[in-house]
Amino acid sequence: MPEAHEMSANPVIRIERLYKEYVTDAGSVPVLKDVATTVMPGEFIAIMGPSGSGKSTFMNILGCLDVATSGTYLLNGRDVNTQSGDELAHLRNQVIGFVFQGFNLLPRASLEDNVALPLIYSGIPRAERMVRANEMLEKVGLGSYRRSRPNQISGGQQQRVAIARALVNRPKLILADEPTGNLDTHTSQEIMALFTELNERDGITIVLVTHESDIAAHARRLVRLSDGCIVYDGLVVHAAPAHLETTS
Amino acid sequence: MIGAMLSEAWMAMGANRLRTILTMLGMVIGVCAVILMLAVGQGAQQQVQASIASMGSNLFIILSGSTTSGGVRMGGGATPTLTLADAQAIEELPSVFAVAPSSPGTAQLVYGPNNWSTQVIGTLPSFLTVRDWRLSAGFPFTDSDVRSATRVALLGQTVVRNLFGDEDPVGKTIRIRNSPYVILGVLGAKGQSLDGRDQDDTVLVPVTTAQRKLFGTQFAGTVRFIMAQAESAEVMSAVEKSINELLRQRHRIREGAENDFSVRNLTAMANTAAETAQVMSMMLGAIASVSLLVGGIGIMNIMLVSVTERTREIGIRMAIGARGKDILLQFLLEAIIISVIGCLIGVLLGVGGALAVSKASGMAVLITMASIVTAFVVAATVGIFFGWYPARKASLLRPIDALRFQ
Ligand SMILES: Nc1ncnc2c1ncn2[C@@H]1O[C@H](COP(=O)(O)OP(=O)(O)OP(=O)(O)O)[C@@H](O)[C@H]1O
Ligand SMILES: [Mg+2]
Repeated sequence: MPEAHEMSANPVIRIERLYKEYVTDAGSVPVLKDVATTVMPGEFIAIMGPSGSGKSTFMNILGCLDVATSGTYLLNGRDVNTQSGDELAHLRNQVIGFVFQGFNLLPRASLEDNVALPLIYSGIPRAERMVRANEMLEKVGLGSYRRSRPNQISGGQQQRVAIARALVNRPKLILADEPTGNLDTHTSQEIMALFTELNERDGITIVLVTHESDIAAHARRLVRLSDGCIVYDGLVVHAAPAHLETTS
Repeated sequence: MIGAMLSEAWMAMGANRLRTILTMLGMVIGVCAVILMLAVGQGAQQQVQASIASMGSNLFIILSGSTTSGGVRMGGGATPTLTLADAQAIEELPSVFAVAPSSPGTAQLVYGPNNWSTQVIGTLPSFLTVRDWRLSAGFPFTDSDVRSATRVALLGQTVVRNLFGDEDPVGKTIRIRNSPYVILGVLGAKGQSLDGRDQDDTVLVPVTTAQRKLFGTQFAGTVRFIMAQAESAEVMSAVEKSINELLRQRHRIREGAENDFSVRNLTAMANTAAETAQVMSMMLGAIASVSLLVGGIGIMNIMLVSVTERTREIGIRMAIGARGKDILLQFLLEAIIISVIGCLIGVLLGVGGALAVSKASGMAVLITMASIVTAFVVAATVGIFFGWYPARKASLLRPIDALRFQ
């Protein structure tokens, strides 16, 4: 049923012939080679692949934190390559919510201030910032910790705060680079349940990177990267068994 | 937005309190030094100007004896060559407003049980005009007092204080070198002269009285110096020239021979002194400004460290939508807050310090609103200027580089 809806809408992400090279002392290293993909609204995609295959590089480009060496990237129909620095900041603020493996909360700020931070850069007045930040903290189940500092709560709770922060500006797209990489299995499942709910109930498009098949199992579509190329793109159920992961 | 940024800047400063205070200290010392130096410099300048104003305007002093005589430098007035007749002749020159020949000497004054040793000047009533000197009580002596060489005197404020205390001296009789003199009047207060002498420590008597009865002279009718006042500043050089010509003629000095007198333009000398005081004042300010500059560099140094330390934070902020200018503003605000608060404390300490200095040492200080505003504006500018570079450096970071920074 969602399939028909997705096909008629404009893609959130469209990527063609994307290349990325890192220039190091030893010369330039190609990391992404001719990557092309399309993400429709409401999709839930897991990206897998061996270490060093270019997953983080790809996510950083998707999140407008880094730029590709060449190729086209249309975000919401807009060509990211032609956007100014301020316009990119606006996209990161309004369209994308980024969730990191290491949480990346501001250690000196309270949880509600952390969650409210993106709203400062949207020019929203303080009273509304606090209301919305607390709504989001409630949503991730941390309403009672609003005045705590990040170092006073567990890793799983910190990742929930980071997700609340990513959600506070009501983005279309959540990008998460190994969001459960620092968490135990149980906590990971809780975080994934949260992502699933956001995707199914709020219709937010989610792209996440993971090394674990049972995390990827929450997604509907799987993209497998190997050595900078997409080697698989299809339904999660059709994914190769986990033991092939290490050999590819 | 600015409100949120202000409170964030405040938080960031609070997180590193000692460092913030030390950075501020550079600013405090700089501003304090500037205010203090300006106060001292301007105080000295004001004192010089007051002395000049008390001197009288467009003044010449004509001294007997040449500045060099047969290769030997002589002190002014060493050999008496100027006479009352010379003074009279000068007075008749065009553009000369008033002339006062003077014969000073030192004498012991006695009134009742009190005695005081001071300078007694024999002169004409025109002395008061030339020096622009008013009486605070009584009347001046007149030309007829001069003609008949009466024993009358005008006392300066310091003399009155030492001989009479609170008593009214007008009409009383004092003894100068054991002869009785009637006090006709009291001179108004003049304060310090340019060379730092107390102008109020003086007594005026008729020049004839001084010559014949008080000091006596080997050469009848001579005076030590003549003061002359020109009508305006414009005619000063013309008057100087005509006085020179007149006196050479009167003293029968042959062409090519040296003068046996010298004419000095007191007003020009005073202006030089005023300029010197101004240059001193500016130099003090300039020296103090260096410490302000050092304070500014301190801010830059700390801000650079702060930007490096908080690179990851900058990355996080950029990842969630901070623009370059938001980051710029955030760091600039911190620099501004540090420099403005440092400035305020510096102004308070500087003003307090200047007042304390003047109280403790009696040095003249002058705190003007202009100097406070200048110090404040310069300091704030220095803070912003030196905060700008680190703030800009932070704002130009690429998000991914800032996030990867360890
Ligand atoms: N800043 C950089 N400069 C140079 N090379 C880089 C840089 N970042 C990544 N690389 C290289 O690019 C390749 C891909 O890195 P990337 O971080 O995208 O891998 P990944 O798939 O996310 O791996 P992992 O699963 O370990 O997170 C690696 O070989 C890495 O060494
Ligand atoms: Mg990675």
